[in-house]
Amino acid sequence: MAQVTHPAIGPPRAAPPWAGQLSWTWVGVVPFFVFALMFLILPTGFLAVGGFQDGRGHFTLRNLLDLFQPTILSSYLISVKVSAASAIGGALIGFALAYAAIAGGLPAWVRPTLMTFSGVASNFAGVPLAFAFLATLGRTGLATVLLIKLFGFNIYSAGFNLLSFAGLTLTYMYFQIPLMVLIIAPAIDGLKREWREASANLGASAWEYWRYIALPILWPPLLGSALLLFANAFGAVATAYALTGSSLNIVTIMLFAQIRGDVLHNQNLGYALALGMIFMTAISNAAYIRLRGRSERWLR
Amino acid sequence: MNRGRIGAWLALLFGVLYFFVPLLGTFEFSLRYLRGHYSLEAYRIVLADPRFTATLTYSTVLAFATIIVGVVLVVPTAYWIQMRLPALRPVVEFITLLPLVIPAIVLVFGYLRIYNSTSVLPLTGTERATDLLLMFSYTTLSLPYMYRAVDTGLRAIDVHTLTEAAESLGAGWSIILLRVILPNVRAAVLSGAFLTFAIVIGEFTMASLLDRPAFGPYLQLIGANRAYEPSALAIISFAITWGCMGLIQISARGAPGQTAGAH
Repeated sequence: MAQVTHPAIGPPRAAPPWAGQLSWTWVGVVPFFVFALMFLILPTGFLAVGGFQDGRGHFTLRNLLDLFQPTILSSYLISVKVSAASAIGGALIGFALAYAAIAGGLPAWVRPTLMTFSGVASNFAGVPLAFAFLATLGRTGLATVLLIKLFGFNIYSAGFNLLSFAGLTLTYMYFQIPLMVLIIAPAIDGLKREWREASANLGASAWEYWRYIALPILWPPLLGSALLLFANAFGAVATAYALTGSSLNIVTIMLFAQIRGDVLHNQNLGYALALGMIFMTAISNAAYIRLRGRSERWLR
Repeated sequence: MNRGRIGAWLALLFGVLYFFVPLLGTFEFSLRYLRGHYSLEAYRIVLADPRFTATLTYSTVLAFATIIVGVVLVVPTAYWIQMRLPALRPVVEFITLLPLVIPAIVLVFGYLRIYNSTSVLPLTGTERATDLLLMFSYTTLSLPYMYRAVDTGLRAIDVHTLTEAAESLGAGWSIILLRVILPNVRAAVLSGAFLTFAIVIGEFTMASLLDRPAFGPYLQLIGANRAYEPSALAIISFAITWGCMGLIQISARGAPGQTAGAH
């Protein structure tokens, strides 16, 4: 009986302090959420809504359809091409480097050294990186001149141009490769030595080990990291702007010009352009997070 | 096995070349200012340029302000999530990752629209207010790195026990945060701070679109108009990045939990 009467008395007394404590607890995270609202959610939300409005604020899908006009579509395509090429190249080379340093039987000092250098190189982006590549692979750059002097090979007469798709991809890979080294290292650490030994004991060749053991475990983090690199390159502005000016029309440079001076002559189309960029980076990041979750099962 | 090791050395050699050749190229280029022989003339000209000092100072001050605001925002939040609201952790983590998902140029586009001079909060109205907006922009950019660093640091120490011990000695919340929690995550905060510094010091997009005289837009301006000075500036920028990363390594050696008195 006591058990029945107790809850009957309980709630009115228990509720106020419980509610009071809860609200006090929440106060602690208010500054963070106010900040997030002011500098992340509202600004992005404004563009997202604006992308679906016409000049007078009515709902329309016109802007999104207008993204498919040739100039805008081609700028998205160049961006996708440069980002994909630098992501795939960066992922492959970065993986090879990280694997060599971690599991390749190199001296023990190689790994920490590589990690430190990767930390520096992955942060050496933007305007100075463009200068570095101009000084190296530009028409009078060190590598260009050395190749002519030593081998009589002029990369520019062979069709190379730093201010082009290939040049921008090479430049982006300077920060993509080390970023890949940093994010793929934990996955390579997770490859247990026993798996390789066990497969060797059972008579598997190196190829069979990679085909049936290592790659099935590594492909989610590999693909996921490549997607992260893709998003990383897709949103980059400064390197491309300093390198090519506006001669290579990638989407960030188009958006830069739009923000500066409404070159599309339609504010709402500009919002849609930004929305399209968020769409691309959001998809690749979401896929990255999913794939990372998938691989964690094995790589603990 | 031996063949594998040769492959590993080759991969490493490729990496070393990719990393060092552009640096060498830049350095060599920066010495070419005077025709016929190498000199440090380009560096002399850059360092003597008053705009170099002015923009670098501006960006440095902004970086320090960003770090302070970032720490004040992130440390209490991460602490509170760990102590009282663990259920909210996924939401907060998701928000802190958003600046990696939304490109900086899109964020600043949004700021320019909602904080323009006719809006409720005209942060682009005056120069001082725009400086403030740029600082908050940078706080946003560094949020993923700062939050992850601090969160990792907090997980490595026993937040609950420390808090209870401090409370039983009569400490209030501000004392707990400032004199108990903060010193214990010092290494994590410092590594987040140096990374923030490396990001802010040469940032171009946001500073340029908000039209503030920061180091990044200055670099771009010199790059568009000069031949040899940009290389000298690139070497200087690289040295700054290298310095920040070196300081991260050094600060990471003081492992969390043994900052006071252990050395």
